[in-house]
Amino acid sequence: MKLTGAEMVLACLEAENVDVVFGFPGGAVLTLYDEIYKKGLRHILSRHEQGAVHAADGYARASGRPGVVFATSGPGATNLVTGIATAYMDSIPLIIITGQVARPFIGTDAFQEADITGITLPITKHNYLVKRIEELPHIFKEAFTIATTGRQGPVLIDLPKDLQAEEGEFHYPSRAEIYGYRPTYEGHQGQIAKALARLRKAKKPLIYAGGGVVSSGAHLELLELSQNGAIPVTTTLTGMGSIPYDYELFLGMPGMHGTYAANHAINESDLLLTIGARFDDRVTGKIEHFAPDACIIHIDIDPAEIGKNIAVHIPIVGDVRMVLREMLRRFKKGETEKWCAKVKAWKAERPLRYKQEGHLKPQFVIEELNRLSGGEAIVATDVGQHQMWTAQYFQFNKPRTLLSSGGLGTMGYGFPAAIGAQVAFPDRLVVCIAGDGSFQMNSQELATVVHYQLPVKVAIINNQYLGMVRQWQKMFYEGRYSHTSMDGSPDFVRLAEAYGARGLRATAIEEVGPVIEEAFQSPGPVLMDFHVDPEENVLPMVAPNTSIVDMIGGEE
Amino acid sequence: MGKRVLAILVEDRPGVLTRVSGLFSRRGYNIQNIAVGRTMEPGISRMTVTVDADPLTVEQIVKQLNKQINVLKISDLTDEPSVGRELLLVKVKAEPDKRGDIQQMARTFRARIIDLSPDSMIVEVTGNNEKLEAFLLMMQEFGIKEIASTGKVALFRGNKLIRETRN
Ligand SMILES: Cc1ncc(C[n+]2csc(CCOP(=O)(O)OP(=O)(O)O)c2C)c(N)n1
Ligand SMILES: [Mg+2]
Repeated sequence: MKLTGAEMVLACLEAENVDVVFGFPGGAVLTLYDEIYKKGLRHILSRHEQGAVHAADGYARASGRPGVVFATSGPGATNLVTGIATAYMDSIPLIIITGQVARPFIGTDAFQEADITGITLPITKHNYLVKRIEELPHIFKEAFTIATTGRQGPVLIDLPKDLQAEEGEFHYPSRAEIYGYRPTYEGHQGQIAKALARLRKAKKPLIYAGGGVVSSGAHLELLELSQNGAIPVTTTLTGMGSIPYDYELFLGMPGMHGTYAANHAINESDLLLTIGARFDDRVTGKIEHFAPDACIIHIDIDPAEIGKNIAVHIPIVGDVRMVLREMLRRFKKGETEKWCAKVKAWKAERPLRYKQEGHLKPQFVIEELNRLSGGEAIVATDVGQHQMWTAQYFQFNKPRTLLSSGGLGTMGYGFPAAIGAQVAFPDRLVVCIAGDGSFQMNSQELATVVHYQLPVKVAIINNQYLGMVRQWQKMFYEGRYSHTSMDGSPDFVRLAEAYGARGLRATAIEEVGPVIEEAFQSPGPVLMDFHVDPEENVLPMVAPNTSIVDMIGGEE
Repeated sequence: MGKRVLAILVEDRPGVLTRVSGLFSRRGYNIQNIAVGRTMEPGISRMTVTVDADPLTVEQIVKQLNKQINVLKISDLTDEPSVGRELLLVKVKAEPDKRGDIQQMARTFRARIIDLSPDSMIVEVTGNNEKLEAFLLMMQEFGIKEIASTGKVALFRGNKLIRETRN
């Protein structure tokens, strides 16, 4: 069958069961967009390419399917960079298709030429510049295979403009032959046996689980292992939701803003079963003091994560779910009763707390959002204090319900990510918990929610500061608030209304519940502006590069 | 720290050299020298990279390289019997009365004179790094005008081969 390059792209996407793409047009993708027009492929138009790529990321995190992005050459492509890096750091599968100048112009500094494969080399799992029409179907098959298998990640395909119009023979391969790519899925039997033997002997074992549990869909196996072995669990920001919040052995998040129970359990554990997590410095604090007495078992699909940041005693390379299943099959429980009692006591005696007095407290707003969402919401956050309060006070019970930029920490991620999640799940409640600073990095996407009538509920935790940076200035720079005031921000309610969305505001405690209820009941997009205590800090806190049991605050 | 010699088989695709060398610089590993050339298999190139790094760092480098889609196979030749060679060209000042001395020196190092002009000559020498360093030292006495050298290329001794594992 003979097809043009543009027709091939759509045929490839169809073969991969892609039902929606996120994008923004331009000169180098005119032919592609003409094909979208003719074929009626569902396309969500953002107002900035960064919005499109974060939306595709949110779609992928919420649904588990790869997100697909279109953008034009040059500035369109470079506008994607932050979003690609965000997805790369959290191992999110994306297929990014960029237009490129026509082949004869490549390398001549032609109008809107940017070397996007060069630029994104370190922030993609792999990328391609398509040079010959015959390669196109194979490249697409490879790209989807690479993005969605092994340790997942973004893959970019750069398509010259002239190639989109060129005709070639089309046949979509049923599988990709990629010589240099063979992920390991099954864990080594001997290593699994060793791990099980150590687990059985451990008196104070702890599971430290991360985003790998979510991407491999291993949340049920994780819970079963914890239950069968009576092993407490702490989950990282990206692992949140893989263990139900109210499970008695769930300790919350570890690390810089982690719970007392999680950090102390790590510190005292004699065995740390690390599952799909990567010892990020926000989790470990000073690495020399991290889990000092523990035998470290590390299960990960990426061999390069093993021993990268910390010496591992028993590595198991493989798909988390497959390895856990194998472990469960041969599992024998150790004696952990005393340890569980101790950990539960920490949990009961040292919960996260804040004082709701004076000003409206941001933590209270998060608790109310949680209560009124009835445990069914998908929550996307921006980056900053509100993100940490969400991780601390929102009760996540299912995987893929917290969408947050963990590795890169990208302000402006939340709102477009919520859009992507809402596109994936039109009937679910999707809430974006945003910072007043972060929201302004992608507030133009209000046009997108209004245009498509996506009922995303935005809750701005408005402290009139770049709060997280202000907190560091307060704690480590003697309160010199250098350029962290958000003076000059718009009236967010009127901003929403200007776009044709609803805007609501709460400034007092008693207004919070009614505002949230009204927003949640409203059929379309709503923005809620919560004016909270500008000087509230995220506690407890571990100063950077200190031990995670040197926790500041969180006592009241 | 110590010198490690890695042989890396890669698919011969545009940008593959950037992918490999970029990975070294991005993760803060220093490449001392690098040589790229063909193999017996069409479409597959062999890179020989010399790095100065401790064993743990090298392990991490190898793992990161293995994640590159276009990288097919990596072998560390450092601790196994292998032979490595570099090629060095030296343009040296050669006034008529010194030429004999230079020729003599070249013979000792099994170097060859490959160009001669009224006041300089080019000497070609191959060997391991130490030999080339020693040769350079000797040439300095005459006055070196310019040098060019390749990176090291290396093979295992005996029957051991590095093969791409195409399936
Ligand atoms: C794109 C980007 N720029 C800068 C930062 C650094 N940064 C981290 S948190 C933060 C403050 C965010 O302010 P806001 O969105 O209002 O959230 P708050 O901390 O007040 O809840 C900043 C500037 C970042 N993470 N991302
Ligand atoms: Mg703020």
